[in-house]
Amino acid sequence: MTTSRPALRSSLRYRCQLRQPAAERRAETHPLTWRLHDDNSPVGYDEYLDKDGYAAVREVLGRQSPDEVIGQVKEANVRGRGGAGFSAGMKWSLTMKGEGIPRGYLVCNADEMEPGTFKDRLLLEQQPHLLIEGMILGGYANNSRYGYIFLRGEYVEAARALTQALEEARAAGWLGNDIAGSGFDFDIALHTGAGRYICGEETALISSLEGSRANPRAKPPFPGQSGAWGKPTVVNNVETLCNVPAILRHGVEWYQGLSGGRSDDGGTKLYGVSGRVNDPGLWELPIGTTGQELLDLAGGMRDGKALKTWLPGGGSTGFLLPEHLELPLDFDTVGQYGSRMGTGLLTVVTEEQSVVSLLRNLEQFFSRESCGWCTPCRDGLPWVVKILQSIERGEGEQGDIELLEDLAVKLGPGKTFCAHAPGAAMPLQSGLKHFRDEFERGISHRPRAAHEDPIPVGEV
Amino acid sequence: MNSTAATRNDATIATDGDAFALHDDDRHAIEHELAHYEQPQAACIEALKIVQRRHGWVPDGAIPAIAGVLGVGAADVEGVATFYSLIFRQPVGRHVILVCDSSSCFLTDYEALYDALAEALGIQFGQTTPDGRFTLLPVCCLGACDRGPALMIDDDTYGPVDPGDVAELLEAYA
Repeated sequence: MTTSRPALRSSLRYRCQLRQPAAERRAETHPLTWRLHDDNSPVGYDEYLDKDGYAAVREVLGRQSPDEVIGQVKEANVRGRGGAGFSAGMKWSLTMKGEGIPRGYLVCNADEMEPGTFKDRLLLEQQPHLLIEGMILGGYANNSRYGYIFLRGEYVEAARALTQALEEARAAGWLGNDIAGSGFDFDIALHTGAGRYICGEETALISSLEGSRANPRAKPPFPGQSGAWGKPTVVNNVETLCNVPAILRHGVEWYQGLSGGRSDDGGTKLYGVSGRVNDPGLWELPIGTTGQELLDLAGGMRDGKALKTWLPGGGSTGFLLPEHLELPLDFDTVGQYGSRMGTGLLTVVTEEQSVVSLLRNLEQFFSRESCGWCTPCRDGLPWVVKILQSIERGEGEQGDIELLEDLAVKLGPGKTFCAHAPGAAMPLQSGLKHFRDEFERGISHRPRAAHEDPIPVGEV
Repeated sequence: MNSTAATRNDATIATDGDAFALHDDDRHAIEHELAHYEQPQAACIEALKIVQRRHGWVPDGAIPAIAGVLGVGAADVEGVATFYSLIFRQPVGRHVILVCDSSSCFLTDYEALYDALAEALGIQFGQTTPDGRFTLLPVCCLGACDRGPALMIDDDTYGPVDPGDVAELLEAYA
């Protein structure tokens, strides 16, 4: 027993792994991952430098204007990889900058907590210098004085890798004053969080960065106008920022060509699959890859079970059906089918798994993680959970489905400060639409029977 | 520098009466953090984590002490301390087990893993074993969905963890 203990620990230890072997990855086709090793060890500073690292910084800083940089990122149409899909170049073009406007902040959102999402971890742990290079370029384009990497507290290994990489970059003169002789000053600090999903919401993240409770803020003013400490602030996801160096190095046309005509969006995407498939994992593929291609890469469904439904990009995206597997997974296409691409990491559900139970689990998550700032979210989500729990037990009441539908609308866009409640409403709404029969099977009480036959409510 | 503030805070927050003195190293570490931000309040979360690293949790007396160093109100520090799930405002075990209960781990049956843990330890979510060895808590999606069900023990992430592996895995944490 004693001798097998270290072996068991090490065999169970989680290691983030890209599923494509190094031999299949090239700089021209896999800009995010071509440097990564098959043994999952991080790409160190010297190796990163040897493999075209910081070349974009050298090429761009002081030689191109910030507006030229923004123009290329905009034209490349890099859309926010945190899941919202907003054009990064557009966001950068809206940052207040110019004479009399104070230099603000560039914040990397590394608070990866979206249920079913495990992609930024790979870049953070194994290639921290790519993120730092992307942040230097983003800082230059937005005239930011300082950068923060807002990292979730549980990503201990990423914190180690980033701390070391920041020191190396600073020692080599990529951070600090007069970077690469360009006259541009910029440095980055690592800020680690202390839990709570809501910190990943752009404005709540800024509240958290300022050392407050992570409550969101009304927009406008947008963070680009008034963000951290009232200064212009840009918040970008890890994967978004990691796309920037290669765009500036190889050009917009090359970047757009990466999707090979599959999508109007440019570039590649870290796609993944989790749930009961034979071989869950993570891949860098052209944007516009289909769900079926991903499911095939993941070895198909485990134990020969059929696919019932799937979430295309995290817990706050809508349920899709097997027939949607043929769609190219990009922001605009998935948006037309009552869902969103979100983070692009698929969660698959088998024929034997209950949509009601999965939704109860998802809504418990959103209910627990609500910051409590807005009433529909704070009070509506626990209500949704209670109804789902009673339906799950087969003790729902007639009218519950209509009530859930109504709640999904009242939790929807425009009712709250941020997108937490709308994110919770999307799987609820699509679940009710596609799997209404499963909900109906959980209803055994006539309307308003609760008083004479109380419906037990479980913990929220 | 903030003796007035500290006195004010001492008077305005209820504590359990335990004497609490901020360790010199912790005070310096917190002061060092201030340099990263425009305003001292921003160092609040890191300050709480610094105290927690030493004590395992954030004792009542640490709240006014941190407020004093940052020059902010104790209620603000307490508001932050009670908001964040990884800041512990009551004592925890020597090892904290964080079980991912989000969707991918739900679909790969984290509940069976949780049952095995609860049975092996004799506790439920939110509780600490009587010997003070383990605290069991749920956590947001750990970003290990390709290897679910996943959990963390202290700084170590594991997955997939079979319920049958629990007893042996726990032995490694004395």
